[in-house]
This record gives sequence, structure tokens and C-alpha cells, in this order.
Amino acid sequence: MGASWGGLNAYSSVLASLPEGFPAAIMLVQHQNASTENRLAWLLARYSRLPVVAPEDKERIRPGHVYVAPPGYHMLVDADETIALSMYRAVHFSRPSIDELFFSAGHVYGKKVIGVILTGANEDGSEGLDYIRRRGGLTLAQSPQSSEAPAMPEAAITKGSVREVLDLERIGPYLAEFLIGLQDEKTEHPGRR
Amino acid sequence: MEPQPAISDEQVQVEDIEIRLLLEAIYQLYGYDFRSYSPASMRRRIMHRLTMSGFSTVLEMTDRVLRDRQFFVTLLNDLTVNVTEMFRDPEFYKAFREEVVPVLKTFPFIKIWHAGCSTGEEIYSMAILLEEEGLYERAMLYATDIDKNVLAAAKKGIYPIHAFKQYTDNYRRAGGRQSLSDYATARYDSVIMEQRLKRNIVFADHDLATDQVFGEMHVILCRNVLIYFDRPLQQRVFKLFGESLDMGGFLCLGTKESLRFSGNEESFDVVNRSLRIFRKRQMRPNA
Repeated sequence: MGASWGGLNAYSSVLASLPEGFPAAIMLVQHQNASTENRLAWLLARYSRLPVVAPEDKERIRPGHVYVAPPGYHMLVDADETIALSMYRAVHFSRPSIDELFFSAGHVYGKKVIGVILTGANEDGSEGLDYIRRRGGLTLAQSPQSSEAPAMPEAAITKGSVREVLDLERIGPYLAEFLIGLQDEKTEHPGRR
Repeated sequence: MEPQPAISDEQVQVEDIEIRLLLEAIYQLYGYDFRSYSPASMRRRIMHRLTMSGFSTVLEMTDRVLRDRQFFVTLLNDLTVNVTEMFRDPEFYKAFREEVVPVLKTFPFIKIWHAGCSTGEEIYSMAILLEEEGLYERAMLYATDIDKNVLAAAKKGIYPIHAFKQYTDNYRRAGGRQSLSDYATARYDSVIMEQRLKRNIVFADHDLATDQVFGEMHVILCRNVLIYFDRPLQQRVFKLFGESLDMGGFLCLGTKESLRFSGNEESFDVVNRSLRIFRKRQMRPNA
């Protein structure tokens, strides 16, 4: 998931609506200034029933956990399902960048990934979301009218990358229903995003 | 605009093979070994260069790399990630002053290895810190990097003046005792580090993936370098650092880097957990 302006509210709302035992790993990027501390992880932990992790490099990605990209680093998914951090150049003036997370997750997980674009005031994430779509993953965007800053979901929708547009309060329940339904249907690998 | 077509698992697999071939080509022709770098991170940087330079496949770019040294130098700069600043993570330098320097003061001489020094901003930061603590005279600083081009820049110690405002702020937060401008001279749009800071610094090229131990160090700084390596290479480097450090020597990592996955955690004590300062144990484990 990716968000920029208004992201703290949007994330706390989405996380608050996810049930215990949620079967997927959640990785989220919020645009913010560089700092040694991952304050966002600490803040979001108060809203989430799932454990919230401020990841280190090479941290293993586990289902039912929430990973918050550290300020100043891109957060990527490596093929062995660990987190790779990088300080390579900022994308859309942002590090962490949503595009970087989405490209790497789409690469590794293919159709087992769900990309979600939330509120934000720039265009980061729309290229990466389109890559997830092209890899067969599910793509969601927060509806512009329910976004504090509509530019980011609008950019993704305009690009044609988004399959479902949802109001903020629908996103968490939608994910939970979709994934838990998927899990009941077949006992295959859990979906991931 | 037509939506872009789907990308199958097979296409992704082909791209992964192309990337491995590129890295093999670079290793065989130029001697730089990126074959054990984190694939996700490597891939993003390669794809960035590919898009910027207008290639349609990695194989096409590999052909160019094999025939055009100048283009390789451009790519190399993407692959090595030269993001740094003076007194980066000021809290780290502050902790180094407070928790490491008192121990270093008890040593008759001090050898410090900065592995992956990039363009040198952090080795000059360390030189300034040692100078202010009265330790510079008895210190020898070894600054190494895989990339000879950035080492040449590090040796010169010339930085853009617009970056200096941030550096000055970092310096103050790092517990600097004077003014950062005391250590540099402004000239046009640049700032040149004072010559005297260089007298005990040795710059050398060294590849953590292939080169050997740097002996009997009291401090090793390697911050935000290991994040680009895969796990086996990280383990090799941790072993190398363990062997290069004196008993009781300090290892300083980037703030998101961990010994947890190193396979070598028990050889080190934690000095400062959040700022990633470790100390090599005095005794062997199980001895």
C-alpha cells in the first residue's frame, strides 16, 4: 500500500478494520522526511490488531504482519521473501517510494500481490501499480472523493491501472473479505500485497 | 492510450536471466563483482539505467556495456549507490563521541577502517571528530571503496556548497565543538576540505565481495553498504570484519542493518542497539 498526504489517517482507518488472523503480509509506504526513527510504525501499532514492524534489512516477510517502510529508505521485496532496503535515488522526490515497493513486489509475487493506492498529493505509485496490474495482481485505489488529497489515486485511475475504486472505510473490509474468501476457497498460498 | 500488455512469469524469469548475464559480463570484463548483491535492489537500479538510456532489453544494454567503457562507468555509478553526507545520522556520531571515544583514548594508536566510503563525506566527518577529541595524531584512517571514480572524488574532498547547510546542521547535532567552516574553505560553488584533515587518511580500492582482511583494526565503519548485498555475501563480510577487528574493536553499521541475520552475532556485544554500534568480544565463545 502507498500513501502520501493524509496517509496517517487513511492507514489507521484501514488497519483498524483488519481482523486478527488476516492472512496476508502488509507492506506500506508513507512519504515522510528522513529520520533515524520509524515513528509511523509506532503510531500505527496503536490502531492495528496485527503486529506492526519497523523492518531491518533482510527481515523475513511473514503473513499477518504489517511492515512500515523506514524513512529515508526504499523498501523492496527480494525473491527469498525478505525485505531489502535501499538508499538509491528518490523517486518523485520520495524515499521511500511507492513505485519502488510495487515494482519489486509485482516482480516477486506476480498475481499473488494486491496493490493499494491511498490518498496523496503526487503521482508516486501509479507506474508501480500498473506493473502489478500487468503481472496479474489485484489493484485498488481509494476513491478521490474520500481522499484528503485526491491526486495520487486520480493519477493511478487515469493511467488505467486500477481495478476497483473504493471509499476509505470499504478498503479494509474489502481486503479482509477478499483474502479470507480466497483462503476458504482453496488451501493454496495466501495472497500477499 | 493503449493499456500496456500483461507480463508473464516467464518474461520475468527471462529478465532475471538477462540480469545475471549482465552481472557476469561486468565481472569478467571489468572485474567488479555484483553477482551476490540483493537481486531486488540490483534489479531496480539496472531497470532505472535501462529506462534512462532508452534500451528495450537488459541484453541490449549488456551489449553496450561490453563495447563501451564510458557507458559502463555511467552504469557503475548507478550500481554502487553513492548516497552519503557529512555526519549522516548525527545521533550516530554523537553516540560515537560519548560511547566509543572514551575507550579509544586508552589506546596508544588507533586504526580505523571505513569500508564503502563513497565520495568521502563520512571519513572527513570522522577525521573532524577525532581532531576535536584530541585523537587525530595517533589515528590512521583507511577509507576504501569498490569504485575508483568515487575514491578519486573522496581524495579531493571537494563538495557542493549547497549541501553544506545540511552538513552544518548535522555537525551541530552530532555534538560538534566548533564550526564546520573551520575545516573547509569555500571557493565559488564548492567547499574544499582542509588539507590537514587528510594527513592520516589512506584511500584505497577494496571490494568487500572479493578482497581480503584489513588487519588489526580498532574501529570498522560500514554504514549502508551491506543492505545492497545478499545474505551469503553479508555473511562473508561479517566474517571478514570479525577477522579484521582487534579484540574489543568496534563495528559500526547503518541504522537499519543488523547482526541478527549475520550468523556471527555471538562474537559481538551490543554497545548501542539503536545506532548499531557493536564491540568484538574479548574472549572466544565456548572457550
